[in-house]
Parts: sequence; structure tokens; C-alpha cells
Amino acid sequence: MIISPRHTQKIAFSLLSLCTVLVIAPVFVIIALIVIRGGPGISWEFLTAMPRMGMKAGGIFPAIVGTLYLVSVTMLFAIPFGVLAAVYLVEYARDHALKRFVEVAIVNLAGVPSIVFGLFGLGLFVVFLKMGTSILAGALTLAIMTLPVIITSTKEALSTVPRSFREVSLSLGATGWQTIRHAVLPNALPGILTGIVLGLSRAAGETAPVLFTVAAFYLPRLPHSFFDQVMVLPYHLYVLSTQVPNVKPEVQYGTALVLVGMVLILNLFAVIIRARFRRRKQW
Amino acid sequence: MSKIHVQDLNLYYSSFHALKDVSMNIEACRITSMIGPSGCGKSTLLRVFNRMNDLIDGVRIEGEVLIDGKNIFGRDILLSELRKRIGMVFQRPNPFPISIFENVAYGPRVHGLAKSKDLEGLVERCLSAVELWEVLKDKLHHSALSLSGEQQQRLCIARLLAIEPDVLLMDEPCSALDPIATAKIEELCFQLKERYTIVIVTHNMQQAARISDDVGFMLLGELVEFGQTDKIFTNPVDQRTNDYISGRFG
Repeated sequence: MIISPRHTQKIAFSLLSLCTVLVIAPVFVIIALIVIRGGPGISWEFLTAMPRMGMKAGGIFPAIVGTLYLVSVTMLFAIPFGVLAAVYLVEYARDHALKRFVEVAIVNLAGVPSIVFGLFGLGLFVVFLKMGTSILAGALTLAIMTLPVIITSTKEALSTVPRSFREVSLSLGATGWQTIRHAVLPNALPGILTGIVLGLSRAAGETAPVLFTVAAFYLPRLPHSFFDQVMVLPYHLYVLSTQVPNVKPEVQYGTALVLVGMVLILNLFAVIIRARFRRRKQW
Repeated sequence: MSKIHVQDLNLYYSSFHALKDVSMNIEACRITSMIGPSGCGKSTLLRVFNRMNDLIDGVRIEGEVLIDGKNIFGRDILLSELRKRIGMVFQRPNPFPISIFENVAYGPRVHGLAKSKDLEGLVERCLSAVELWEVLKDKLHHSALSLSGEQQQRLCIARLLAIEPDVLLMDEPCSALDPIATAKIEELCFQLKERYTIVIVTHNMQQAARISDDVGFMLLGELVEFGQTDKIFTNPVDQRTNDYISGRFG
């Protein structure tokens, strides 16, 4: 039987749109579920109070603060190393074996399962370097995990800056560094920021790397220094779901909602930065 | 002494022999054009003078280029100093995506030439020299990308003048412009040659005939003929030059 081209066109179109809808469906289902079941649990007290009654009641304030604290310290390490390494790879390094080796290593780093980062952090920072279970150890572990995201997006941002900007700048007698500083980096900045925000949101949502390096099971006070343990949202959620019996669903889903909300807000920032830049960019 | 003295210059891109035994003298305060078909090496030659070929991997240069009697490949040459003196205008207008003012101020800032007070005067002088000041003096903080192609190219020349070079290398500066804009840029070149030595690469033989004092004809990496413009165009010595300018190929 021969199907007419008009029909194959219809079939292809329906199939393609069906796949697209199926791809985005989980996002909406997940968010809807969390909002519906967690929404009632959100209150001012939930966001700003310490947990009570074995975490079954009260708020999740220390977990929110812990996550923000941890992510900030992570970025303190990840941003300078990631951005500067990417600048070196794109702007300075000539194409030799070492450069290619470093690039392959970065790609592989991105593929390492997060639990392996957790064990690595435990072995190196917590035990060997005697940092103990602390913000410092957790942040360093997360920083290593975030590095490939930041390096890759910074490299991409740098390579979208037209070659001609570099040529003009050098032809005006600027040195290599002046050219990078004044002609390249300002134009790559939005792309770099986008990458940083995406790395940040990934770090905020990870459980496995913080499991052995920083996360506290139950710690109803705020951290005082880099060497304190903290509660963090993803691990707290894990605890509420599996370790504590009889937790009300609105507490579990409320925690999930706060976590997802934080990550979505961060991603929204990335989208806004990119959109604003696209409007301004004219070359 | 000539401004730029080229002696037995050979340039290789890896194994490709791009410039073959080029020797010539470029005189100060004249316009010298380099003509020839695409790929003949004229842009490559231009990029030897400010050593922009250094950016390309696998380039090897033999021979001698003296500017003001000084070997530009010498160990004591600072690239940033050389390029400050030997400025370049590119084929496509390429202002930075920042304000008009900041574009002109880029070079002086990089070289620490002017304090912020003098900077305004310097920007005004450079924009006046390319006849943009009257049109743009109220729009200095607009994006340079909002200008027309011709104005952008003028701005690029102003940006160059701001670092006070003495040689201007122009790599087909009008190829992205329409005929009227081209005429205006050519007129600007006439004014500029009083103070600057201009070397211009062009595809356009009429342009070379109109604006230059000297012309070099290049073919397959060789400098076939070099001399005064009227002589080259009316009475070329080499048969290949004759064929090219009479439009038999290229």
C-alpha cells in the first residue's frame, strides 16, 4: 500500500509534536505535584523557623541558610579557577597535546557521577586534609563538581566573541592581556554569568557530594564558621523522605517546593541575562 | 631613506610559499597601493608590516623589513610599540560594540597616552580629522554599531589616529562600502597622506589609479612590478601587469 505524501506529512507532524509534548510533560507534572502538595505547607514560619519535634514540624530555616552559605563558598572557589582556566585554554594555550589532554579531562570530569565526587571529597578534604565534615570541605567538593560547567560555558562564551575584536585590539598595540581584559571579557561576560548561574543551581540541588562532606542530619542552629556543619535542602529532603517516620507530606513537599523554587529562580536569572544580551548584541 | 624598506622577503604558511623574494621601498607621506588578484599575497604583505602574521601558527618569514631604518623582526622590537606606530584599517568596519567615544579612547587608554581631561580633546581632534565630529558630537555616547558602514569605517580610522601612528595600513578598506561612501573614504585618504604614510591593498584598479602615488602589482606571491602610478597604468614593463590592468584576467 502506498501512503500519499499528504498523509505521511500528517503522520510525521503528529508524531513529532507528540514527542515534544511528552518531553515537556514530566516538567509540568513534577512542578504541579510539588506545588499542589507542598503549597499548603509553605508559611512564614516554615521559611524562617528552626525545625521542631524531630523535624516533623517547625521550619526549614537552617537548611535554607545552609544551602545559600554552601553555594556562596562553592562559587568563591569555582568561579576564579573555572573562568581563569577557560580564559587560558581559549586565549593563550596553543594547540598542543597538553591542552587537548586538559580538555578531555574536563569533559570527563563532567561525566563523573556525583556520588563519586562525594566519596572523593570525603577522602581528600574531610579525612586526608583534616577539614572534617564542614562547609569548607563540602564547598570544595561542590566546586570541583561545578568546574566543568563553568569552564565549558566560559569557553563557549569566549569563542563567540568575534576574532576581529582581538585583531583590532592587538593591531592598536594592546598586549594580549589588555586585549582579553578590555576587548574580549566584557563581550563574553553575559555568557560567563549564565554558566556561573547554571553551575550554581546545579550545586544547590546536589545531594550526593554533600552527603559525607558537610550535611548535618539535624542541626537547629546557624553556622558560625567555615568549619561548621550545616543542614542543606537536598539532604534535608532526603532525610524527611526516608529517615524520619510519619512526616506530613506538606512538610516533605514544602521542602521540595522551596528547593525547586530556589533552583528555578537561579535558572530564570540565567535566562534573563541571556535574553537581555541577545537584544543588545548586534554583530 | 624610505619609510619602509623590504628586502628579499619570503613568507611561508607551513609549506605554502606565500611571498616570494619581495623587495620594494615605500616612501613617506605617499599613498602606495598594492593590487593583484585574490590570493596573490597582498594582504599577507600588509600584515607583515605590523606583524599581524605572528598570530597565525606555522608562519615563517625570511628576509628583511626595515621601518625608519629599523628591522621590525629585531629582538629589541616591542610588538605593542611597533603596532602603535604602524596602524591598520581592516576590510570590514570593525568598531567595538561600545560607545563612539570609548572606541576612539580605546587606544589611548591602552597606551596610557592621555588623562581623562585631555582625552576629550583627543577624541574631538581624531573625529574631526575623519570629519565625523560635526555629525556625531552630540551622540558620542551612542553605540558605535548604530552608525552606517561608512561612518563605522571612518570611526575605525579615527580610533587608529588616536594612538598617533605614522603608517596607516589599509586592507581593502572600501570593499564593504558603496561607491559614494568609497569616494568619501578616498578623499579622506588624500587628506591623511600629508601626515601619514599610507599603504592600501585594493581589488579595485580604478581606486588604485585614482588615489595612489605608487602602485605594486602582485601575482602568486611575487611582486611583479612596482613604480609610480601613472607609469604602471600607462606604460607597464611586464606583460603580466599589462594583461591584468587591461582586464585580461583577475
